[in-house]
Amino acid sequence: MLDIIGKRKIYYAISAIFIAASIMALLLWGLKFGIDFKGGSILEVAYPDNKRPVMNQIIDSLKPLKLNDLRISPIGDNGVNFRFRETDEETHQKIIKILGGNIEERRFSSIGPTIGTELKQKSIKAVIIVLFGISLYIAWAFRKVFQPLSSWRYGVVTLAALFHDLIIPVGLFAFLGHFYGVEIGTNFIVALLVVLGFSVHDTIVVFDRIRENLKRYVSLDFVALVNQSVNETLVRSINTSFTVLLTLLALYVFGGETLKYFILALMVGIFSGTYSSIFIASPLLASWFKVLNKN
Amino acid sequence: MIPGYSPNKLFKLDAVKKMRFTIIAIFIVAIIAAFFIYPSVWDKAVSKINVISPVRLPNFIKVPFKLGLDLAGGTRLIYSADVSGVKSQDTSSAMSGLRDVIERRVNLFGVSEPVVEVEHSASEWRLIVELAGIKDISQAIALIGETPFLEFKEQRGDAETQKILNEQKAGNKEYLSQDPYFRSTDLNGKYIKSAKVEFSQNTYQPEVSVQFDGEGAKIFEDLTKRNVGKQVSIYLDGLPISAPVVREQISGGSAVISGKFNINEAKKLAERLNAGALPVPIKLVSQDSIGASLGQDSLNKSFKAGLIGFLAVVIFMVLYYRFPGIIAAVALLMYAALVLALFKLIPVTLTLAGVAGFILSIGMAVDANILIFERIKEEFRDGKELGSAIDDGFVRAWPSIRDSNISTLITTLVLYYFTTSVVRGFALTLGIGVIVSMFSAIFVTRSLLKIFSISSLEKLPWLMGIKHSNT
Repeated sequence: MLDIIGKRKIYYAISAIFIAASIMALLLWGLKFGIDFKGGSILEVAYPDNKRPVMNQIIDSLKPLKLNDLRISPIGDNGVNFRFRETDEETHQKIIKILGGNIEERRFSSIGPTIGTELKQKSIKAVIIVLFGISLYIAWAFRKVFQPLSSWRYGVVTLAALFHDLIIPVGLFAFLGHFYGVEIGTNFIVALLVVLGFSVHDTIVVFDRIRENLKRYVSLDFVALVNQSVNETLVRSINTSFTVLLTLLALYVFGGETLKYFILALMVGIFSGTYSSIFIASPLLASWFKVLNKN
Repeated sequence: MIPGYSPNKLFKLDAVKKMRFTIIAIFIVAIIAAFFIYPSVWDKAVSKINVISPVRLPNFIKVPFKLGLDLAGGTRLIYSADVSGVKSQDTSSAMSGLRDVIERRVNLFGVSEPVVEVEHSASEWRLIVELAGIKDISQAIALIGETPFLEFKEQRGDAETQKILNEQKAGNKEYLSQDPYFRSTDLNGKYIKSAKVEFSQNTYQPEVSVQFDGEGAKIFEDLTKRNVGKQVSIYLDGLPISAPVVREQISGGSAVISGKFNINEAKKLAERLNAGALPVPIKLVSQDSIGASLGQDSLNKSFKAGLIGFLAVVIFMVLYYRFPGIIAAVALLMYAALVLALFKLIPVTLTLAGVAGFILSIGMAVDANILIFERIKEEFRDGKELGSAIDDGFVRAWPSIRDSNISTLITTLVLYYFTTSVVRGFALTLGIGVIVSMFSAIFVTRSLLKIFSISSLEKLPWLMGIKHSNT
């Protein structure tokens, strides 16, 4: 049996480093919001084989339109991606006309700033509701557990573990946004919510085992009991996360460009969720128990 | 959830006979589901059988998957409506009038299942239009963007009509879009002050009376003056709705539109005319257009990714859990068949995020199996015999499966109710997946394991990948 609880300070330290780094990244660079959160336009076109002009030439041809904040980048062999401020349909048609008749318009989105702000607020609201909904559910599901820790403490520890799993992908995307221009949009929020759901999935399985063992081994010391429970559920936690990571990896490699960063956020979040359910959530219960029993 | 609720109490699957029945029933449902998802396999087989069979077998029902805009290609337009000119108590009816007009215009495009919705957010009223598989988006935008348009047209002279008809026959493009019989006039919906339903004094049929404003009244007077004895046609959004014959010059600015409509149609027309007269100006604030080829590309890629992910999971499960792993693979296949069939039946609009949600739910369905197998192994190691280890393993694993899946369901519910339609697809597929996965773990995995293992596997524990602690 692994002595996970005994070495908990090491695991706390590892998490603390990652959390601190994430918070630093967030404070230093902030998040780079995509057009669905701040408004703006994206146009993606494909040229016929080997007919794509050089990027500078394209930029020059669009100069007369005076597009605000125009940035263009190549995609694949024939594609070009344009980003600029939100614009009206008329300008959009002018751009297409300038680019020429032989291009294929693969995608065009133009989102007004009000819609974006609203979506951002909705997303933040959704994350907060999920956090509290899940914590309340845990406090309720474990309501019959009083000894030695009452059920609301399980809810609070879950909340802490969930925070851990949220902040790490957020930090990573602050880093990616600053250095690689990765933007976050609705998909990122969905990824975070899934990570929350999944991480709590893991945490519940361990807590559930603690609850069961509390009934079984009445005489066992709580800290030892937590350690045993974590060990008993270890294989399951790892195997489950492994299979999910397998499916995600398939999506990441074969699933196409559009969802790449969505999947990446999921993988990082699920990994940190598995870590937190084994090395953070249950040890925190044990720590809390120790603190309470000192006084 | 009811406390102490366990699959054992609920389903009482103890008798082997009952279990066999369950298995056969589930297999049949899964096979039907598979044909439902992929009917061409059935149809091919049937066409071969029908050659020799005395009874002709029918083809399988075909229901297509409903694909969202990002997979089918199409556009999603969000308009913000300027309702400052409308009294607040009338806003909602003005918006529904607006929606009806736009819906009619969109229907002119022949797009399959267009969506036109009114959305009231904290700050403003919006109209959302979704057009799947449309080619010429800019034309659609131009057509939708006009304010509701009522037009009065007068008859062309015979010579003029003949000329246009001849030119059209000759295929002259300039004339193709022209109406050979009627010509536009200056009179249109913006001069209407109000419209209401009345009943004809003579025929007692419902008709719509229209009151023009001062300028409109004058134009109308001129129009009727020069067209006495001729038809004046009334067009709404480019469609003729009525073409009365002018009997005399009309001054005072009120006109009556009498057609063959019933009371409901008359009411609707009056509502539309009022909306045209009191247009709710709309402005395009957001558009999201995906070309059909990009959609197809995404669809193919996620299909491939899903298949590879599925295979990877199956290989891992069989290698690690051996015989139960094979059972889990069968359960997963059935799971996938049932979920996909449900997607078609409900129907769920599949978006890219929705497909991702489904693939993720496969991962979660596996989790239930892993929980159960690990538990069975533990019970077995504690010295129980296989049959009761399986029973106890299920009962013990159930609270974890239940609690963890409920927490995921909470997430999907929040996603469904607090976000936009883009995310909803994901929430819906994940939610359906989670519910079906609980079903599949309880019925399919459990029943299969019990039937196969009790009789034959007791002697071959290595197939279960487990050892008795005392052997």
